[in-house]
Amino acid sequence: MTGDVAVVVRGLQKRYGERTAVAGIDLDVARGEVFALLGPNGAGKTTTVEILEGYRTRDAGEVVVLGEDPAHAGRSWRARVGIVLQSVTDLSELTVAETVRHFARYYPRPRDPDEVMATVGLSDSADQRARLLSGGQRRRLDVALGILGRPELLFLDEPTTGFDPAARRIFWLLVESLAGEGTTIVLTTHYLEEAERLADRVGVVAQGRILEVAAPADLGGRKDAQASVSWTAKDGTRQTVVTAAPTRTVTELAAAFDGEVPELSVTRPTLEETYLRMVGEL
Amino acid sequence: MSATPAPAPAPALPGVWSIGLSRAHIELLQFVRDKEAAFFTIILPVLLLVVFGSAFTGDVVPGIRFSQYFLAGMLASGIAYTSFQNLAISIPQERDVGTLKRLRGTPMPPAAYFIGKVGLVLTVYVAQVTTMMAIGVALFGVRLPRNPADWFTFTWVSVLGLVCCTLLGIAFSSVPRSGRGAPALVSPVVLVLQFTSGVFFQYDGLPPWMQQMSALFPLKWLCQGMRSVFLPDSFQRQELAGTWELGRVALVLAAWSLVGLVLAVRGFRWQRRDDG
Repeated sequence: MTGDVAVVVRGLQKRYGERTAVAGIDLDVARGEVFALLGPNGAGKTTTVEILEGYRTRDAGEVVVLGEDPAHAGRSWRARVGIVLQSVTDLSELTVAETVRHFARYYPRPRDPDEVMATVGLSDSADQRARLLSGGQRRRLDVALGILGRPELLFLDEPTTGFDPAARRIFWLLVESLAGEGTTIVLTTHYLEEAERLADRVGVVAQGRILEVAAPADLGGRKDAQASVSWTAKDGTRQTVVTAAPTRTVTELAAAFDGEVPELSVTRPTLEETYLRMVGEL
Repeated sequence: MSATPAPAPAPALPGVWSIGLSRAHIELLQFVRDKEAAFFTIILPVLLLVVFGSAFTGDVVPGIRFSQYFLAGMLASGIAYTSFQNLAISIPQERDVGTLKRLRGTPMPPAAYFIGKVGLVLTVYVAQVTTMMAIGVALFGVRLPRNPADWFTFTWVSVLGLVCCTLLGIAFSSVPRSGRGAPALVSPVVLVLQFTSGVFFQYDGLPPWMQQMSALFPLKWLCQGMRSVFLPDSFQRQELAGTWELGRVALVLAAWSLVGLVLAVRGFRWQRRDDG
């Protein structure tokens, strides 16, 4: 079965002194899947991901990543895993091209450094010192180094924090093309729009536990949730009806108005609303 | 371990030495571009050499100029600067900003990182001693040894000293809590030992307790080894033992190398203390 599974986690626990960061997490990520971990700050996302990456030890539980225990994995395992860390702020005096070409030497089967720079949109900054890059460009350099070794599994820890909306969309296309090539991707993010766009499944983490794992469209019963139908009545006031049968409501409204319903909208709870409700219920 | 059938035999991982040499190359590139590090390691000792050499123009003993004595001490200090001080400051800084963590997440073998550091230390040391000797000869009339045996001593004292101070620098890199605090913690160690080991002042004129204290640390022995190269054998009378004690120099440096190795291997951390 390990051939179809990239990540298996059972009963994972981690404490820092008195504080419990991870209180028993179970998780499966299939090969080729894009999996997003969502959760508030301090929920245990980064701790979990860094245990999967082999950076942190665990207090209890089983972890298998690409068939090995990351706590004891060696160089050949690391060559199959790509890591984009959250909190790296190294200000290198090397240029982008020097950095990418140097890191390519670590891997047995690296991508072409020039291609990688083009892929992440850094070709024009190739001769710029890394220290002088903007925040978004630095993040793209991080991603370039993460994908350089053709990883089977790519970890992205809050990859688009600090991106402007246009840069974020370009980054999403990059992730989609990596996923299209069959790369398994485990991503943490604060942006629900990002999770909805990229992830096959999302896991919501809070207080060190997984609340739910589901496709973004199904999370928290979104698919079956009641819809809100809003319109502006003849006296100018805004009306809202929450219903399980919005089509019937709209049909009735159309009949009542004899045609166009003024400022009609039909909405279902967004992923963000669903997520905030789940996290807020604790 | 895994039941996954490999589609093709995995290509071999690049060798430790080829990655290590590549690391030495980028370490050097970063070093020459980082003005602060270059200043502390190259310019500062040269500046000290010029200032002290100009300020004290007398003889340490009749016929031997202070500048001749001082160059030996500064070359010994150069070993401490390029290896111990350089690594004990730069490694905590690299740890702080996540350079080490990033490297640890790649298939770079840890040994390659240290090969790169050794390459950096060696190159910077050669550049530094060449500069100091050239300035000593040009400005202060220092005489370089003519005897091949002296150059042989110079080489082994340098190599053993660099090995010893590199290992101690790596070991000490785990002490500072942050990269920003590292210079304040490391520089005084070197500076105090320079005063008590006979770099700035003549060793035989120091109070006995200070002589005994500094005899516990490598710098005193490095200075003594360098004096044996740059001062005439008649100066041996000024040494406490009455000889250069080269055997003991080698022994002390080897012992400290061993201590450094054990501490470096056991204590090295790729991540900040609060991170992992």
